[in-house]
Amino acid sequence: MERCRMVFSGSGGQGVITAAIILAEAAVLYENLTAVQTQAYGAAARGGATRSDVILADSPINFPKVIQPNVLVCLTQESYNKFFDIIRPGGLLITDTRFVKTQLKVDAVQKELPMYETVMEKVGKPIVFNICMLGAVVGLTELVTPESIMKVLEQRIPSGFIEMNRQALDLGLELGKKVK
Amino acid sequence: MTKQIKFIQGNEACVEGALYAGLDFFAGYPITPSTEIAEHLSKLLPQKGGKFIQMEDEIASMCAIIGASLTGHKVLTATSGPGFSLKQESLGYAVMAEIPCVIVNVQRGGPSTGVPTHVSQGDVMQARWGTHGDHSIVALTASNHQDVFAMTVEAFNIAETFRTPVILLFDEVVGHMRERLEIPEPGEIPLVKRLRTAVKGGVDYHPYLPREDGRLPMSDFGDVHRYNVTGLVHDMWGFPSDNPKIVHGLLRHLVDKIENNASQMARYKTFYLEDADTVLVSFGSAARSALHIVESLRPRGEKIGLLELQTIWPFPADIVSQYCNNAKYTVVVEMNMGQVCQMVKTTVRHPERVFLANRIDGVFITPTDIKNILRLIKGKGV
Repeated sequence: MERCRMVFSGSGGQGVITAAIILAEAAVLYENLTAVQTQAYGAAARGGATRSDVILADSPINFPKVIQPNVLVCLTQESYNKFFDIIRPGGLLITDTRFVKTQLKVDAVQKELPMYETVMEKVGKPIVFNICMLGAVVGLTELVTPESIMKVLEQRIPSGFIEMNRQALDLGLELGKKVK
Repeated sequence: MTKQIKFIQGNEACVEGALYAGLDFFAGYPITPSTEIAEHLSKLLPQKGGKFIQMEDEIASMCAIIGASLTGHKVLTATSGPGFSLKQESLGYAVMAEIPCVIVNVQRGGPSTGVPTHVSQGDVMQARWGTHGDHSIVALTASNHQDVFAMTVEAFNIAETFRTPVILLFDEVVGHMRERLEIPEPGEIPLVKRLRTAVKGGVDYHPYLPREDGRLPMSDFGDVHRYNVTGLVHDMWGFPSDNPKIVHGLLRHLVDKIENNASQMARYKTFYLEDADTVLVSFGSAARSALHIVESLRPRGEKIGLLELQTIWPFPADIVSQYCNNAKYTVVVEMNMGQVCQMVKTTVRHPERVFLANRIDGVFITPTDIKNILRLIKGKGV
């Protein structure tokens, strides 16, 4: 596979870091890929632009940070404003329509998806917004299978919440595949 | 049996290595970026029948592990720069009283509280000379989780073999980064057990009388032997002495037991060094960027390689000379103002051919940073 460098950004509390970890863990544990995940540390718990970097590859990864992402996800206006111009030319920029108003300035494929609105309408719980976003990323990129993501979720979260997460993942997958 | 594979932070890899090595006592005071070590051990250690104590500060933590080690436990504490400063006095006590213990320092930006959440490798010399007086110390480091695990086990083994404190000098990037770790099977990495005295209770036991091979058998404090432990210069019974012969003999012993075994403790990795005229020397997370640039310049025909040091102290001078003496350029890649670079310069035949590629702004050094410095050194301009 071609090495994929990703940046997930948003606001502290939205779960972008968790989503990044779940994706990377799925790749390593269930897809036999190599992955490295790092995150910007700082006082960004709840509010402020948080960022997590993930690299997926089928060979060893030495430099663990992402400078120019192939895939950039921005879930808030602040994170979009801060990070949109780091995208690799020709990359994929995913934003949420509820939170981000994009400027058509980047040399990238832009996908504006109503992830938050879909989650609120169909699931009613903002807590799985990040899993819906992960579904959209997987639907668009096919980097890992949705089954691998579900296996990680089954390990990480209480059984009572699995169904809600599965639903959010499926909604995201649908959104992603629709605009592919 | 399938291997246990985890996708975890470097700090957790250190925890896994410590538990594999038989850790059964941890005392600490959490501090960024080492907190996850305490966090995970607080959960895992009691499950394994070990003891976890969160102390009132770093000084007490260091004292607690010294006491626990004396009673026969394998012990660990974890901290970062400011806490490492506080531990220095008791670290010297552990050197003097010859107490096996492992101290993790996940380095962050300093001095003082510095930049708590950002990376640095500025504690290399503090590890060596942070405590006062002539002494020797062991410090190991690693750049990836498999090596973090292995070096942690190694730290416990060296601590037991030589009755010495061993420092694990990790950094924020390795500590917080998540990547794959394959847990070795039990027995895959040999473990050094505590060497206990064969002297029975009621018989005169000399806690500080080395055997012929230089090792000092221990007796669990509070068990069958009564003996003295002190930070003062002491005789073979552990009682204070200012007899010049004893003072001289003890200082020589403390230094020689480490320095004379430097080659036995030298852990390092080499990449593409066979024909390299440019040798990068690096360690810890900086070595990841160094390897990245080596692997991207090699296909362009550049004869560049990497020597990754995993043992920092005692400084592996023989290894550094072997690989750098004939190099046209030796470039030390580190995130400080040249602490290892100075050591390399004093070691190699041509110190004028040794250069520093560093970054000290809390940002992880990138392959491009190194590439630009290489171009400057070789007079090519950036």
